[in-house]
Amino acid sequence: MIETLRYEYPAREAVTRRAHVGVVASGNCEVLLEPSSAKAASIVVRTSVSGFDATWQAVLKRFFARNPIAVQIEINDFGATPAVVALRLEQALEGAR
Amino acid sequence: MNSPVWNSRRKRKTERLARIAHRVRDGRFDAADAVAVLQALIEPGDRVCLEGNNQKQADFLSRSLASVDPALIHDLHLLISVIGRPEHIALFERGIASRVDFSYSGPQSLRFAQQVADRKVSVGAIHTYLELFARYFVDLTPDIALIAADEADASGNLYTGPNTEETPTIAEATAFRDGIVIAQVNRVVEKCTRVDIPGDWVDLVVVADRPYYIEPLFTRDPELIDDVQILMAMLVLRGIYEKHRVKSLNHGIGFDTAAIELILPTYGERLGLRGDVCTHFVLNPHPTLIPAIESGWIKSVHCYGGELGMERYVAARPDVFFTGRDGSLRSNRAFCQAAGLYATDLFIGSTLQIDRDANSSTATLGRIAGFGGAPNLGSDPRGRRHSSEAWLEMTSSVEEVRRGRKIVVQLVETFQESGVPTFVERLDAIELARSAGLPLAPVMIYGDDVTHVVTEEGIAYLYRARDADERRAALAAIAGVTKIGLGADEARTQTLRADGVVAFPEDLGVRRSEANRTLLAARSIRELVDWSGGLYDPPKRFRSW
Repeated sequence: MIETLRYEYPAREAVTRRAHVGVVASGNCEVLLEPSSAKAASIVVRTSVSGFDATWQAVLKRFFARNPIAVQIEINDFGATPAVVALRLEQALEGAR
Repeated sequence: MNSPVWNSRRKRKTERLARIAHRVRDGRFDAADAVAVLQALIEPGDRVCLEGNNQKQADFLSRSLASVDPALIHDLHLLISVIGRPEHIALFERGIASRVDFSYSGPQSLRFAQQVADRKVSVGAIHTYLELFARYFVDLTPDIALIAADEADASGNLYTGPNTEETPTIAEATAFRDGIVIAQVNRVVEKCTRVDIPGDWVDLVVVADRPYYIEPLFTRDPELIDDVQILMAMLVLRGIYEKHRVKSLNHGIGFDTAAIELILPTYGERLGLRGDVCTHFVLNPHPTLIPAIESGWIKSVHCYGGELGMERYVAARPDVFFTGRDGSLRSNRAFCQAAGLYATDLFIGSTLQIDRDANSSTATLGRIAGFGGAPNLGSDPRGRRHSSEAWLEMTSSVEEVRRGRKIVVQLVETFQESGVPTFVERLDAIELARSAGLPLAPVMIYGDDVTHVVTEEGIAYLYRARDADERRAALAAIAGVTKIGLGADEARTQTLRADGVVAFPEDLGVRRSEANRTLLAARSIRELVDWSGGLYDPPKRFRSW
């Protein structure tokens, strides 16, 4: 079963480009990033692994505290570790700047 | 007054050998007589060193020993490097052995823990390899040694092929204090391919029913290396090897260190580090080393043991590997462990759990897995006197009398694949010691020996921390979203980064967007074979073609 989680964080920096990193595969995740005109980052996580809400929140909160970027992000997750998620987010950001 | 006897061990040996003389011809007995021979030679309470190595196993002799009559042979004190085979456990189950000193029990760790819990066996100590070997020369000298070799000749000379491992060490300790050395061999030959153990250290030879068992332990398929491991490999290369000019080193056996080996010819080459870092390895012949060797990075590799499939490749690279006149690898676990302890700049390995003070352990409840060599390799030998650039750099002291320090790196992701955090408040090892009645918690590497911890978040340069509190803060700064990581203070982390106690990837010029599999010099076993010019011959289970 796929669980959908939604998060929103305040943002003040703009990015210029879309980015797509990662793959849909076991132990991995895909991150699709789009610039947003809103003063917020809104994230939708679709994950095949339930019960890690607190971990997702911690990873995303930390990322957007360090990188307050105005974006819409979609994450399709198939059991990625927090390390993989953080790496994909950083890679998406490098691609979007 | 009776005159003192000074040769009781020698007399006892002569008496024992006389009991089986009728079964022996030219120093050899038949495989069919093996159980009877062991039953006649061994006495209850003997110290029996059974060659269970990390790779090579004297499995014919261990199967034979497990088949003796426990009414005749019981309460043996087993000395064994690796409790790796089912019949090792059977020795305890059947009451043949009731005490053991060992180093590692990976494959049997669960069943072994059960035997300890059931009081079928008591543990003398869980040793590191070097400690166990050293004790053979002090108070744990074997009465009987059961060893394995490829070939024997008529004089009992032995050839051990690429897997010499600890065979000479066991034979030496036993032979020179009048113990009995029994070797199982794959075949008897006119003239040994090369002599690894001289015949006059060997009392009896038996041709085994089948070649000794050997396990490929150090083959890591590059197919399974992921981007996070590559990112961490980049961090290690820039933030540790390049920064400290690490020349001599030992790598753990995980995919993360395989990733380091595989980015030397790509990322490392681009950084211009060839010849400056990673020139001398103390390491088994990892197949993932092939691209770096072929690219001219590596000057020498000394090995603990061999690795299945690497025989022809190693034989074709005698400038790099230690080889005999016959061409094949000469490994030696005791010398290699000593080299790893005393002669290297750096040890890097992974673990399952790290606490706030950087103590680490791979122990999990219900298993007694032991140590192998990691605690020796991953420790600072305080008796070292020779200096190297990297070793000297680990001391910040400006006093006239100072000492350097070995670099000990723990390389971990903040969470295991199962979502279990690597950084923990309390090691499971502490509870394991309590429940199994061990006098010491089985800590793999003590925190005060650890100089660096690397995660996907960055590097904690623990050796630079001013005190215990700053050490903990540095570790928390790279502990990600584990409970310990979430306790990190953001402002303090910034200060630690400014002071060079913590480095994030961007502080080291490491770009995360580069962290992907295109950086691996070989992305599959097939490509390793190609790099080797067809000399590497991977075991079937690693072939997908």
